[in-house]
Amino acid sequence: MLRFFLTRVGLLAPTFLGVTVVAFIFVRLIPGDPVEVMVGEMGISPERHAELLARLGLDLPLWEQYLRYLGGLFQGDLGVSIVTKQPVLHEFFTLLPATLELSFCAITAAILLGLPLGILAATRQGSAFDHTVMASSLAGYSMPIFWWGPLLIILFSGVLGWTPVSGRISLLYFFEPVTGFMLIDSLLSGEPGAFTSALGHLILPTIVLGTIPMAVIARQTRSAMLEVLGEDYVRTARAKGLPASRVIGLHALRNALIPVVTVIGLQVGVLMAGAVLTETIFSWPGIGKWMVDSIFRRDYPSVQGGLLLIAAIVMLVNLIVDLLYGLINPRIRHRN
Amino acid sequence: MSALLDIRGLSVTFTTAHGGFTAVEGVDLTVEHGEVVAVVGESGSGKSVAMLAVMGLLPWTATVHAERMQFAGRDLQTLGAAARREIIGRDMAMVFQEPMTSLNPCFTVGFQLTETLAAHTKERRAERRRHAARLLAQVGIPEPEARLAAYPHQLSGGMNQRVSIAMAIACRPKLLIADEPTTALDVTIQAQILELLGRLQEESGMALVLITHDMGVVAETAQRVVVQYAGQQVESQNVRQLFRAPRHPYTKALLDALPGRHRGRRLPSIPGVVPGQLDRPGGCLFHPRCGRAEDLCRQRAPSPSAAELGFARCHFPLPPPESQP
Ligand SMILES: Nc1ncnc2c1ncn2[C@@H]1O[C@H](COP(=O)(O)OP(=O)(O)OP(=O)(O)O)[C@@H](O)[C@H]1O
Ligand code: SF4
Ligand SMILES: [Mg+2]
Repeated sequence: MLRFFLTRVGLLAPTFLGVTVVAFIFVRLIPGDPVEVMVGEMGISPERHAELLARLGLDLPLWEQYLRYLGGLFQGDLGVSIVTKQPVLHEFFTLLPATLELSFCAITAAILLGLPLGILAATRQGSAFDHTVMASSLAGYSMPIFWWGPLLIILFSGVLGWTPVSGRISLLYFFEPVTGFMLIDSLLSGEPGAFTSALGHLILPTIVLGTIPMAVIARQTRSAMLEVLGEDYVRTARAKGLPASRVIGLHALRNALIPVVTVIGLQVGVLMAGAVLTETIFSWPGIGKWMVDSIFRRDYPSVQGGLLLIAAIVMLVNLIVDLLYGLINPRIRHRN
Repeated sequence: MSALLDIRGLSVTFTTAHGGFTAVEGVDLTVEHGEVVAVVGESGSGKSVAMLAVMGLLPWTATVHAERMQFAGRDLQTLGAAARREIIGRDMAMVFQEPMTSLNPCFTVGFQLTETLAAHTKERRAERRRHAARLLAQVGIPEPEARLAAYPHQLSGGMNQRVSIAMAIACRPKLLIADEPTTALDVTIQAQILELLGRLQEESGMALVLITHDMGVVAETAQRVVVQYAGQQVESQNVRQLFRAPRHPYTKALLDALPGRHRGRRLPSIPGVVPGQLDRPGGCLFHPRCGRAEDLCRQRAPSPSAAELGFARCHFPLPPPESQP
């Protein structure tokens, strides 16, 4: 188990280095540069343009820019945003709670719905319920966020007027962030109605972001359960005279969870990718929207740093999931 | 006192992609209190399916029919699910063929043992643990206290089978069904497990249905034998008579193939295989492999004959050896 862990950690370093290269090249492949974008259509003289680029250190040869960037990284310095002049690290962690809150709600909803749906579909294999779950999860899985989001907005916010369209909380409420998590802060603020408002703002983005993970979890749970339900030990459990709820919910599910946990871990990457679109659609002030804005502004340090930190989060979560996998699977836990 | 297990005309049909498949057809089985009955037959003859039907453990694709299916005076066919759950695992328990896959890999031996006790007794947690350790000692597992914390993959096949047996006898069942409990094990371990089952049966006086391939095992452990072929019961006699005077050609073929009628390791081979779903012959199901088959056998399916003829499902039951030329 320890060796397994160390191998995994050892693999992280080269992966991380790879991400720095990719991020560095990626931002520079986007046409235009920060100066051009900043001045916009007003235009600027070539001399002034070169001067401003030089001030940002963007006149240096690429390899030198990269080495400087890497040197900064080793000292924990992700650079300063070209636009806001704030340290990238600071910006990132200011916005991170918004994304975490949304992602957490989305994955929680996806698990709370996907798991039982998958289990029930498996125990009723071939039934109308099973077919419905499978068909809707296929639809959910194929639903593009940029289409699904606006669709829900039109229906629930536009036609029905049930949910707010954008932001994290109504503009009526204003309080200093304590934790950065709006659900918690709104409760702490003590302002009546603040929590309900925050919750209302979360509903649609949660659905939009959680749909794909839920579909994946439901399908994976169903297939894992189907496999496990045919196992001898499930028959043994039934032969003991245990109620179906215990046979399915404990003996079968415990084994089926092993592959499902892996899939849930993989959804973290999906969530991060989905957050970019979801946050943009709902004007959700999180990492995703910040990344998109930064790309439009050609804010090289922000984009580079953001990609790097997102990659770090995804790798960290996957590492945790791997460890969890060992914990819930006794056969791996006891190896060597 | 009526029989402990009383089954008449048990049939099991599976719904499959190729239509219905009758895996068990017209099986009768009577087991008295404390009796040891062996069920023999080649692979695919429906031994497991018949016993799973009795336990109520078949998948939903199976349709079970019986003229009579009673256990300890209760009709298993009209029993509700909850009432049945009370009986199985407590009064009627089963040990399966594959010890390595029959225990849940995610739970400790102790958990799986105490779980049965929790389901059927009023014992408290600490008492259940002590009871579980006693059971492990009873089935010959060394260091029972320590073994409670072991996972199945940490134990050998033989040890796992002992655990399965401990689980099955936990609530002192009236009937234990052992479905080829030794097939997956090493030869030396096989003997130990059979010995264990025999000892437990004698100590507790429970009835034992032993499904096996091994005629040698039958001779040593059982009082009565039921021979099954392609889902049908073809003969049923007490052991001594069956070995002396088999009435059905299939039984005779099984016995003849025993090397010098000493204990054989596996069921000997008879040319051909048990017919499956798609190659069931008309008439007597055994006729393609039977040396005595005549036209009648190919045309009409035989019915079981009289008790003194071992209920042989044959048009021409074999005469006893004295009268044979
Ligand atoms: N769930 C099922 N669906 C369809 N057919 C089945 C099912 N279970 C068993 N069968 C079929 O029923 C027949 C009898 O199977 P069974 O397992 O009872 O044989 P067996 O006598 O126990 O053989 P073995 O000695 O190999 O255990 C086989 O042909 C098998 O393919
Ligand atoms: S009925 Fe005919 S074919 Fe069938 S076992 Fe008897 S003799 Fe053989
Ligand atoms: Mg079998």
